[in-house]
Amino acid sequence: MAHNSTAQSDEMSLGDRFNAVAAWPMRILFGLLDRPFRAIQRLFGIERMPYIFLLPNLAFFGLFVVVPLFINFAFSATGGTNLFLADRPFVGTEQYRYLADCGSYLDPSTCREDRFWRGIYNTITFVVFQVAFMVLFSLVTALILNRKIRGRGFFRAAFFFPVLLSPVVVALIWKWILLRDGVLNAGLTSIGLDRILFFVDPTWSMFWAIFVSIWAHMGFYTLILLAGLQAIPPDLYEAAEMDGTKRERIFWRITLPLLWPNLLVVIVLALIKAVQIFDEVFVLTGGGPGTATQFIVQYIYTTGFSNQVQNFGLAAAASVVLGVVLFALTLMQLAASRRREDN
Amino acid sequence: MRSNLQRLLILGTAAMGLTVGSALAETELRITWYNDGNEGEVMRDLLDRYEAANPDVKVTLDVVPYKAILESLPVQLAAGDGPDLARVTDLGGLSEHYMDLTPHISDPAYWEKNFGPFLKWLRKPGDDSSISGFMTQLTVTGPYVNKTLFEQAEIEMPGEGATWDDWAKAVNEVATKLEIPIPMAWDRSGHRVAGPAIAMGAKMFDAEGNPALVDDGLKAMAGRLYDWHQDGTMAKELWGSVSGSQYLGANEDFANAQVVMYMSGSWQIPQFADKIGDAFDWWAVPAPCGPAACTGMPGGASLVALKTSKHPAEVGKLMDYLSSEEVLNEFYGRTLFIPGHLGLAASGVDFKTEDPRAEHALLTFAAAVPGISPIAFDLQGYVYNRVMFNALISRLGEAIVGELTLDQAYDRMTQDIEQQIAEKKRGG
Repeated sequence: MAHNSTAQSDEMSLGDRFNAVAAWPMRILFGLLDRPFRAIQRLFGIERMPYIFLLPNLAFFGLFVVVPLFINFAFSATGGTNLFLADRPFVGTEQYRYLADCGSYLDPSTCREDRFWRGIYNTITFVVFQVAFMVLFSLVTALILNRKIRGRGFFRAAFFFPVLLSPVVVALIWKWILLRDGVLNAGLTSIGLDRILFFVDPTWSMFWAIFVSIWAHMGFYTLILLAGLQAIPPDLYEAAEMDGTKRERIFWRITLPLLWPNLLVVIVLALIKAVQIFDEVFVLTGGGPGTATQFIVQYIYTTGFSNQVQNFGLAAAASVVLGVVLFALTLMQLAASRRREDN
Repeated sequence: MRSNLQRLLILGTAAMGLTVGSALAETELRITWYNDGNEGEVMRDLLDRYEAANPDVKVTLDVVPYKAILESLPVQLAAGDGPDLARVTDLGGLSEHYMDLTPHISDPAYWEKNFGPFLKWLRKPGDDSSISGFMTQLTVTGPYVNKTLFEQAEIEMPGEGATWDDWAKAVNEVATKLEIPIPMAWDRSGHRVAGPAIAMGAKMFDAEGNPALVDDGLKAMAGRLYDWHQDGTMAKELWGSVSGSQYLGANEDFANAQVVMYMSGSWQIPQFADKIGDAFDWWAVPAPCGPAACTGMPGGASLVALKTSKHPAEVGKLMDYLSSEEVLNEFYGRTLFIPGHLGLAASGVDFKTEDPRAEHALLTFAAAVPGISPIAFDLQGYVYNRVMFNALISRLGEAIVGELTLDQAYDRMTQDIEQQIAEKKRGG
């Protein structure tokens, strides 16, 4: 016993010594910072110190997010093709009026900028289906992976793996599968079926755009939901089981309400990401056939950058519209989470 | 055994040597470049020789995807942050960013004599004297056919003077007989449609020289393209599968013998010589005819000096070297490009190929140059030609997949062109 305690004290002293050595650079750093921070604290008072600590991050956020936001807004009130704001003529709300000039908002072909409206409608279709199925599949997958099944670690890794891939790589893999002479068509023809030209049919193209996007991002949302499921105290389930509660009732009365905060995060993140969809679909379908999978961000990119006449003003105006939509979605999320907290 | 002092001396001498080396290469010139075939390799070889003869200059060839030349380079130039030189295809569209090399080159008369007609393509409207670059490649659009398939199907290839309708009929017969999936394919590019549209009578400009894309000639060709997509002569996968003005080529399908006739251009020769080789007879044929002409579109890529360069004198000296007859003869010869140098075009380039198909294609496209319609040359030199090409291809694509009727597409083409040119003229 005495021998054990000596060994323990030897280990601890070794650990302490290591910590002391490892901590000395930090001590030097803190020593150097101590005086200036004390001076700052004396100047501003201890209550204002959190703002001082937030300042560097806020400065970066302001420089790279808020300032570009204002620059974009300013661009949307100008015309021409000059890159520098000072060289661009002021046109007021003309770009917005041009975007909104429609015979009927329900029929993009009656709009002056028909591609903008086609982009809006395509984005709405994509968002509705992609978010609904993404949340559903992520939830089901998380519920399954939360159970004690064989190979659980492998499946968790397998579902998360596509998240690690670049969107361009994801799109190229699926393009290789779906092309006329792709793997899927080779499979169809090998069992005597006709090949399907997926990228020529608007419905198929939208289907695959949604499918590939879900495949690529589902792992991330599954992980969030899995963390939420694991945070639910197991004794609640034990008590419910002891009461003989049915599985469905346990799901609706315990799992879903306690998972709701995570679910809300998943819905909002998926919604924002779906509205911003661009890269993987652009590589997969190129926005086609026609404009069937051309989404709003692709419209902005094309208008601002890939046309010979780079219409930065119109692209900026469309970006502002997109920004307003995203802002509204974020407000809705905040309102929903507050209501939930109040309840 | 060397002492520490000796080691230090050796290291010091080596470091000094390196410093002297870098001090000698005082000027670095950067060229933004893209490749269709082996031209980057050939250019690097030529630049290495230039660097050896001029140790005070280092030339870096930044090879980028073609899309970056079309989309990123213009933004870079507008921001005043471009390279010294670039290989571009939007020849007139970027003219505001070109440097006038006249004071920096040794013999402007040589440039006028040998590059005269193409210098116009690089000039802004109203400018008739600046010298900004030379054509690394003159291109002519035109079709290739898989001659082997015609022979296997025992169907005669339409001869010189055949119309697009004659070719459509013939390639359909071949494809049906041999079960080839795509009878005819065109690059998804407005530039490719322009030549045949001019052959059908399209004028492209009104009497005042303003763009007037949509007329009976254009409708005749666009209508045919629309019909060919509906009846299976052309596969919708190429024109119908992407949006906007995105370029798609059928070169891979043609190289895999999935296409009987492929409308593209002379720049495919090196690639086909390399990829197809003697797997089948790929044969360039003269531009099919319409009632107005038998013409393709001229075009090409130009190496231009840019205003953003801080070393205009060195750029001028380098351009003197690269544009010289000897260097260009080697460049065109090794890359199998049609020369954009009148002297070499007249004397003949020593093309480095043993491939009879490549030789035939080079001869066919070179022979097509004198027959190119003047309208096609004017269109190629027009500063907003890409606006016209993009409107044509994007709206026709939407009609082909059924989003617009042909008449709606024609209206939209006109509207797109007017709106974009008005935006450009508003400032910039």
